[in-house]
Amino acid sequence: MNSSSAPSIPASAISRIQVGDQLQPFIRRTDFDNWNRYAAVNDEFLPHSMNDEAARREGFPKAFGMGNLQWSYVHSLLRAFIGPDGSILRVDVQFRNPNLREQTVTAHGTVTGIDGTTVSIDLWTQEDEGARLAVGKALVSLPSG
Amino acid sequence: MADSNISEAMKAAVGTETSRSTSYPISESDIRKWAMAVYWPDKAPAVFTDPAAAAKTVHGRLVAPEEFNPFAWAAAKNELLLTGGLPSRMVNDPDSSERALGIEGPGLKFMLNGGMICEYGVRMGVGDVITGTNSVGEYSEREGRLGLMLFSRGVSTWVNQNGELVRRTTNTLIRY
Repeated sequence: MNSSSAPSIPASAISRIQVGDQLQPFIRRTDFDNWNRYAAVNDEFLPHSMNDEAARREGFPKAFGMGNLQWSYVHSLLRAFIGPDGSILRVDVQFRNPNLREQTVTAHGTVTGIDGTTVSIDLWTQEDEGARLAVGKALVSLPSG
Repeated sequence: MADSNISEAMKAAVGTETSRSTSYPISESDIRKWAMAVYWPDKAPAVFTDPAAAAKTVHGRLVAPEEFNPFAWAAAKNELLLTGGLPSRMVNDPDSSERALGIEGPGLKFMLNGGMICEYGVRMGVGDVITGTNSVGEYSEREGRLGLMLFSRGVSTWVNQNGELVRRTTNTLIRY
């Protein structure tokens, strides 16, 4: 299952945003087909993201995806929120659990503060059972119009 | 098990600039392929694939997703800012950052991406040439489910051909 990835700009008018608003989640079912594509553009061919056995040798139950790709998913979540004319000012993400192969990863965000056109957001990604894979915060700037 | 994997030489290296790289000019194709991989299996947003759509944004041109890496695969120039570095022993060497400094690393076997903090400046776009300077950040460690885990930070500062800050990233590498 995948969310619509088009930057539909649902919240680009700062006046319509309130603390507590949820960003439209960004959802990806993750497997080698996602990771191989990302490895191909970022030259990130890590064995533990390429086959299960390599991940097991590192103490994990199966292959797991790149933190950098979750980082991209979080940015995709933010881009859909701010629209093409908004700006991502700062992102701070910590990875807490591996994104194991065949998990569905959902990136979420909640508005925690608004200061002029700058919006603070709590971020996280989670897997199918709700366990958080990454947590963080972001600051974004929205168009004032 | 070692009491600590952080040597005096590693502590002394914090703040040292280790390398500088200059990218090739960013191309439309670089941006398009990055966006296609990240958004797959959905279509990438037109602002990353269609110059006409991108021209209607405040940027007025095709710009890259913020997290785009212009140094993937190859750079136009790579400079080691230190002499006396040691060669890495393998691909994906967990000790590669210490060996570049000319000191022995802790010899841990595995490494994971622990997280990132990124402050963004101006966007990267078609034709831009990015210069990135890498330096050694703080070390720390704590017990985790996989044993004593070493957290090492690397700081990377990118500017464009006009000297404008593109982004400053602090990466945390976990080794165990």
